[in-house]
Amino acid sequence: MVKVEINGQVIEAHEGDMLIDVADGAQIPIPRFCYHKKLSIAANCRMCLVDVEGAWKPLPACATPVTDGMVVRTNSPKAIASQKSVMEFLLINHPLDCPICDQGGECELQDVAMDYGEDVSRYTEAKRVVGDKNAGPLISTDMTRCIHCTRCVRFGQEVAGMMELGATGRSEWMEIGTYVEKSIDSEMSGNMIDLCPVGALTSKPFRYTTRTWELKAHQGIAAHDSIGSHIQVHSKNDKVMRVVPHENEDINEVWLSDRDRFSYESINAEDRLTKPMIKVNGEWKATDWETALQVAIEGLQKAVGNDIGVMASANSTTEELHLLQKIARGIGSENIDFRTRQVDFSADAKGFHTPGLATAIADVEKQDAVVMVGSYLRKELPILNLRLRKATLKGAKVIAVNPQAFKFNYDLEQIADDNGMVANLAGLAKAAADAKGDNDALLANVTATDTDKVNAEALINAKNSIVMLGQIAQSHADYALLTKLAASLAKNTDSELSILPIQANEVGANLVNFLPANGKNAAQMAQGMDAFLLMGLEAADFTDATQAGQAFKNAGFVVNLTAFDSEEARQYSDVMLPIALFAETAGTFVNINGNKQSFKMSVKPQGDAKAAWKVLRVMGNMFNLAGFDYTHTNEVLREVLDNRSTTLALAHLDAEMVSANNDSKVVMVAPYQMDAMVRRAPSLQKTPDANVATMVGGQD
Amino acid sequence: MSTKTNIIQGDIKKRIDTWIANYPEDQRQSATMPALRIVQEANGGSLTNDLMDEIAEYLGVPPIAVYEVATFYGNYNHKPTGRHSINWCNSISCYLRGGEELRARLEEKLGVKPGEVTADGKFSIKKVECLGACGGAPMCQIGKDYHENLTEEKLFKILDELE
Repeated sequence: MVKVEINGQVIEAHEGDMLIDVADGAQIPIPRFCYHKKLSIAANCRMCLVDVEGAWKPLPACATPVTDGMVVRTNSPKAIASQKSVMEFLLINHPLDCPICDQGGECELQDVAMDYGEDVSRYTEAKRVVGDKNAGPLISTDMTRCIHCTRCVRFGQEVAGMMELGATGRSEWMEIGTYVEKSIDSEMSGNMIDLCPVGALTSKPFRYTTRTWELKAHQGIAAHDSIGSHIQVHSKNDKVMRVVPHENEDINEVWLSDRDRFSYESINAEDRLTKPMIKVNGEWKATDWETALQVAIEGLQKAVGNDIGVMASANSTTEELHLLQKIARGIGSENIDFRTRQVDFSADAKGFHTPGLATAIADVEKQDAVVMVGSYLRKELPILNLRLRKATLKGAKVIAVNPQAFKFNYDLEQIADDNGMVANLAGLAKAAADAKGDNDALLANVTATDTDKVNAEALINAKNSIVMLGQIAQSHADYALLTKLAASLAKNTDSELSILPIQANEVGANLVNFLPANGKNAAQMAQGMDAFLLMGLEAADFTDATQAGQAFKNAGFVVNLTAFDSEEARQYSDVMLPIALFAETAGTFVNINGNKQSFKMSVKPQGDAKAAWKVLRVMGNMFNLAGFDYTHTNEVLREVLDNRSTTLALAHLDAEMVSANNDSKVVMVAPYQMDAMVRRAPSLQKTPDANVATMVGGQD
Repeated sequence: MSTKTNIIQGDIKKRIDTWIANYPEDQRQSATMPALRIVQEANGGSLTNDLMDEIAEYLGVPPIAVYEVATFYGNYNHKPTGRHSINWCNSISCYLRGGEELRARLEEKLGVKPGEVTADGKFSIKKVECLGACGGAPMCQIGKDYHENLTEEKLFKILDELE
């Protein structure tokens, strides 16, 4: 530790820390543009110049390490004069278009210019103009406003792992851009909008919709993947205008995936269902809640005793899922499931293993070796992929056993040949078993290759290692077998085993037992039931959408709690009850680490839509079921707060080796097809990640 | 990604590999500048986007990283040049020693402006920043050769003698 004096205040710091970090820690303001705590130091904007005693020239605080006894002034006449000069220099070519700039009101340049800029510019010559580029459907560019801080360039290189932007040309002709006409395709691209200190990169969907000072900020939890990123929902007049990340170092740091950032567009979609609807003699009729619920209850009551299928989206809140399963069990149905994209349910015979990550999200960075089984992690859980990328940059070995090689944004070993995932994973497991002298009967007829031996050795020697099963494994016809093989591999390499929950609340669904203990699973239900009670689901959420759609159509009665109206839903539903989307309801998501993250309502639901937990509470009462007298989501949550996750001995699943390669049967899902909301976010739908073909092939 | 051009082969590949071998194995990017120079030479004095993409793929770096370097330095051309490319120094010493006026005479003689190629494809002019020969200002570079202490007479004689 060293002692540094800044503006007369003595501060203890680690030797070698940068001055700007030490000052930030002591809340001493230093203006900056290019510096960002999550990016490398560029020291190119010079805005953070400070006066250091003994140094003849002012020094940039972002690139000056502290030493013992250093005396620094951030506000001496010399420091102020330097900062003002830099400010004047940066403003030379910056247009004075704040009134029509989207960044106005939340612009770092504007803020700093208030403090350090002069009222009048001495510059009378022509300003440079830079032509705008089409950077794709998410980011709008106004490159004349760019001050060349290169934060966006460094983000691409260092964080997103996909260098799409660069600084071409030099001096006055230097431009930030892609050089060739090309869209910015990273699944994390929206973060460049946050990083840009000026209005050069702004959000295309949000652009020109409102001024930022009119927005109200609400804390929220992202509703599309199991990371549970912390977000701020920005609203105006009870309408969600945009979503931005909220810093949480343990979860999403300062980042947010594009899926979580831009999905809000669907909240304001044209096809929102805003009134309860009932089908009367084949005609759809808007009605009031009381009538619609009465029709729903009567219809379901008639079906009691027959097969009623109860399914919900795993992006529903814990409270919603708890109440729905309570109703289902109350009316005697055990056909309860959310796993609409799973094919192989044979592991259910042993019970339900709660999915989750074996280490804290942040600790993924500390892994020395990781095996991904059936995962395009980058598209499944972008934030987790960033953490894993950081681990690889520190030297971690990553092995992916996949049906095909994907374009990951870090170096890894991809095992994706024609032998198939089962054979390839078995080879790896066998090598580990041989190394440990384990005579696992499952692997009796498996031979390990030399590569398998090298990889197994790396896993065994790794201090921290994880074997994780991703979405592709979970949609695989041999899922139970893959799980068993992964468990064997994990056991013999002293690795943690993690079945990754993909959607926002898969863990919560497990905790409230939204699962068919003695009933039909999602795939069985999709083959046909007498009646359905659906929440937040569409046929497109199922592996075989056509089959599911047909099952709904053939059912005698379908109650559909849905936020969206669609021709398809009208064809198979009998009652459609409009429910709120994530920013419109209070609730709780349980994330990949089992963290119960509750959030409040940000805006009122559209039209007559109601929070699903309230709808379900009323339905429970109408069914005369006991224990449905809640007045707040907290009361619902309290009932399940003590529910614990279930851990099964996955190495003892009943699964036999198969010789067939079933990889080609896996139905992959593009990230922006995962749920009803993202399917309706127009901007996301224009990107390569909107469908599997361009997701896999479209990016370099 | 497979690139549209296939210039890095044979002798060109060998020359680039010699440069790559000068750097640690995981730092192939360090050979960007010589690779650009070698490919530019082989392509008759200028680069195209497709050629830069090929270099990027060969070095294993993102294409934009190659564009950055290729657009920063004046010695890479992004438009076709004449057989003899004249790099005219545009910086202070040459400027003070009459470089500007002399360039005007040159443009007059060849009938082209900087960035253009003469109709017969023989000459092209390009304005460049200081070439580090201020002691001999005004100066220019034709092909790989420096010509210093230029006068109209001397310059025109040099040009006339070129094939």
